[in-house]
Amino acid sequence: MSLLTFTPNGLYCPQADVYIDPWRPVKKALITHGHADHSRWGHQYYLCTESAMPVIKYRLGKINVTTVAFGETRTVNGVTFQFFPAGHILGSAQIRVAYKGEVWVVSGDYKLEDDGLAEAFEPVPCHTFITESTFGLPVYKWESQEKVFESINKWWAANKAAGKYTILTAYALGKAQRILRHLDHSIGPILTHAAVENTNEVIRQQGIDLPATVPVASHFDPKIHQGGIVIAPPSALGSAWIKPFKNASSGVASGWMNLRGARRRRSVDRGFVLSDHADWEGLNQTIKATGAERVFVTHGYTDIFRRWLVDQGLEAHEVKTEYSGELAEMNEEPSTSAADNKDEAL
Amino acid sequence: MKHFAELFTALDQTTKTNTKVKALASYFGTVDDQDRMWTMALLSHRRPKRTVTTTLLRQWAAEYSQLPQWLFEESYHVVGDLAETIALVLPPPNEESHFSLTYWIDFIKALGPLEETEKRTQVLAAWKQLSSTERFVFNKIITGGMRIGVSQKLMVRALSQYTGQEESSLAHRLMGQWTPDNTSFEALILSENSLDDISKPYPFYLAYQLEGEAEALGTPDEWQAEHKWDGIRGQLIIRKGKLFLWSRGEELVTAQFPEYAPLAQLLPDGTVIDGEILPYKDGHPLSFQLLQTRLGRKNVTKKILQTAPVILMAYDLLEWQGEDIRERSMQVRRTLLEELITQHPTDGLVQLSPIVSYADWETLRQERVIAREKHSEGIMLKRKTSPYLSGRKRGDWWKWKVDPLTIDAVMIYAQRGHGRRANLFTDFTFALWKEEQLVPFTKAYSGLTDKEFGEITAWVRKHTVDKFGPVRSVTPFHVFEIAFEGIQESKRHKSGVALRFPRILRWRKDKGVKEANTMTDLLAILEQYG
Ligand SMILES: [Zn+2]
Repeated sequence: MSLLTFTPNGLYCPQADVYIDPWRPVKKALITHGHADHSRWGHQYYLCTESAMPVIKYRLGKINVTTVAFGETRTVNGVTFQFFPAGHILGSAQIRVAYKGEVWVVSGDYKLEDDGLAEAFEPVPCHTFITESTFGLPVYKWESQEKVFESINKWWAANKAAGKYTILTAYALGKAQRILRHLDHSIGPILTHAAVENTNEVIRQQGIDLPATVPVASHFDPKIHQGGIVIAPPSALGSAWIKPFKNASSGVASGWMNLRGARRRRSVDRGFVLSDHADWEGLNQTIKATGAERVFVTHGYTDIFRRWLVDQGLEAHEVKTEYSGELAEMNEEPSTSAADNKDEAL
Repeated sequence: MKHFAELFTALDQTTKTNTKVKALASYFGTVDDQDRMWTMALLSHRRPKRTVTTTLLRQWAAEYSQLPQWLFEESYHVVGDLAETIALVLPPPNEESHFSLTYWIDFIKALGPLEETEKRTQVLAAWKQLSSTERFVFNKIITGGMRIGVSQKLMVRALSQYTGQEESSLAHRLMGQWTPDNTSFEALILSENSLDDISKPYPFYLAYQLEGEAEALGTPDEWQAEHKWDGIRGQLIIRKGKLFLWSRGEELVTAQFPEYAPLAQLLPDGTVIDGEILPYKDGHPLSFQLLQTRLGRKNVTKKILQTAPVILMAYDLLEWQGEDIRERSMQVRRTLLEELITQHPTDGLVQLSPIVSYADWETLRQERVIAREKHSEGIMLKRKTSPYLSGRKRGDWWKWKVDPLTIDAVMIYAQRGHGRRANLFTDFTFALWKEEQLVPFTKAYSGLTDKEFGEITAWVRKHTVDKFGPVRSVTPFHVFEIAFEGIQESKRHKSGVALRFPRILRWRKDKGVKEANTMTDLLAILEQYG
């Protein structure tokens, strides 16, 4: 019997009778992190890290949840479970599963660069590693966040000087707070969409320090905070919510922005390459560091990345899951272009 | 190159036309004449000759990046742009350089006669000293495409801001066969008599699609109606006893259509006609498909001249007795065109596009319905008082196209998109029923909203039955209404038919697979319109 198996409900450990990030309601669920595709509604019992819990509880409402500290060991029917930082968002974990000397690691979503908010990633040695491959192509290479935030701050300052608002979209959970942390507050006021602000509140109550923000409420007067930066989820672009900010420059912060085509598709002024996932180098470096001989690839460019790993001499498999990675950051927006029908002109 | 790379970044970072024009105008003021000329050339699709094949570039990029070739190719498939893929996978540069755009274009031109290994050394040396954006631009030039979201119209506006000259005059000066190698900025843009080039065409006037009802245009007597013939828009020039034929894509296609040659003698000097290069035989237009077989061919054989002969269906007269008459009204130009054609018989080689007479919009609507049967794409409406403008302008000319043909089909294969939609499934293959079997008959890409693409992508992930290469076969479940402009028999297609401009019209979530159309239905459409 395999220590972990892939079932229609999700990743399952038969020996301990628990699931990890299942997508259908189950009895016992171990959760890597609070993003909607990993922590779903309807399980009878949840286990996650202490710092991941508040957001998960906020999102899912009344759930039966227990927390563990990073590194703490939980044993179920002889199987030990241990959570290690995944560096993806606050509280995000890789789950180490060990039984009779055999070790698997389920990494969920992960990022190598320390963003000062998520607990810093560390590779966990194992025999079998379960990895994402959201950006598992050699065309995805991240610049240091220092450089990215330098250009975001520069852009904001230039917009302010031109008397414009700055609208930057990012995931409400994780990336938005990461951006807040690295914005240069001295430039101007920071405004937030309700989806972002609600998450901010939860995180502030955890005792985490975030800069002061002004929530954009229903009777918001855009004249008051001229030159401010607005942090909003991707879906806000193109919606009625954005309308009061008439004179504004818009941008998207996402790993997808590394491709020019994706930038153009969003038809915003600026695309900043900022991801909470590992880039090509990061994925490869991590797999090497785990020392794993066998790798399961769960989401992203799974087929390509698997073949590459096989080329590198590893045993690698592709698994169908319902995780989406950073995909939602590209598709959340309301429809804009209908047919780009290549109609010939007369 | 730094200036050009900065320009590229500035243009790429905005969706606002005015900002683009401003960036371009200020760039024109910064660089020297040579770089200015090359920028104008690149933006109007005049590029140096290919000196390195893309196959070699792909190979060298993969080698230098230490990637297996298959992985490079997969990456290229996702990115959708070779120049960009190469720029993204290469290791960071290890030097810096400050050469001009013209320097790098000369560098690329000089690769031509070199041996393959020398070419490789040179290209790698270039990559090693160019920054990421500079590499992208360099790759774009070497692979021969430089689409950077700046239309000819925008470029002309920027040039007008920079030089202070009229846009329409600049647009005309930029037409024709110039390159930075055969003329200078001075001669092309600034000199008094740059229009000496006798082959120089006028910018085409392009119509907008009429949305909504024709009634909104006012009274019928203000509008001239003609068919929108289904050929290639062309401009025929007779000057100094010589004939030139330009396609709308600003390509000189004189040699591809030798049947027009006698017109150099039959029509008077100083004549420029705007018309349709139309396949035509025994008094009737032929299918566009026949014309397609002639495009891009080097040799025009006797057989082709017999099976797909062309005429020029004349729409408009732009130059008359050597005078540019574009400012005169449509009505006047039409009268002069009619006179010209009656006074100079061409044995049917040039024909007047007949005016459709109609008393009210309803009559014209009836004519539009039967347009397809005449191998016409619909009706053109031109305001009788309108001058001949340049480029696509709203208001005076409208195309009122026939509704597309449609059929309900089942999606059976899906493939990831390129470039703009690299992370979504956007390329689909559709099938129709033939007895109990689903027979694939067309691919279609566009037509769904981004939200729908997202939805179908999630669905495809969950319902993949099989994979072969980048293609996934999915459970037959979803029905889509496919629209197309034309249909022909085709031996190359398994279904026996080929569609023209197929695209998704709408997602028929209300229909089950069994309600999709059959091959018999499609063949009936072929029978009627093929
Ligand atoms: Zn996540």
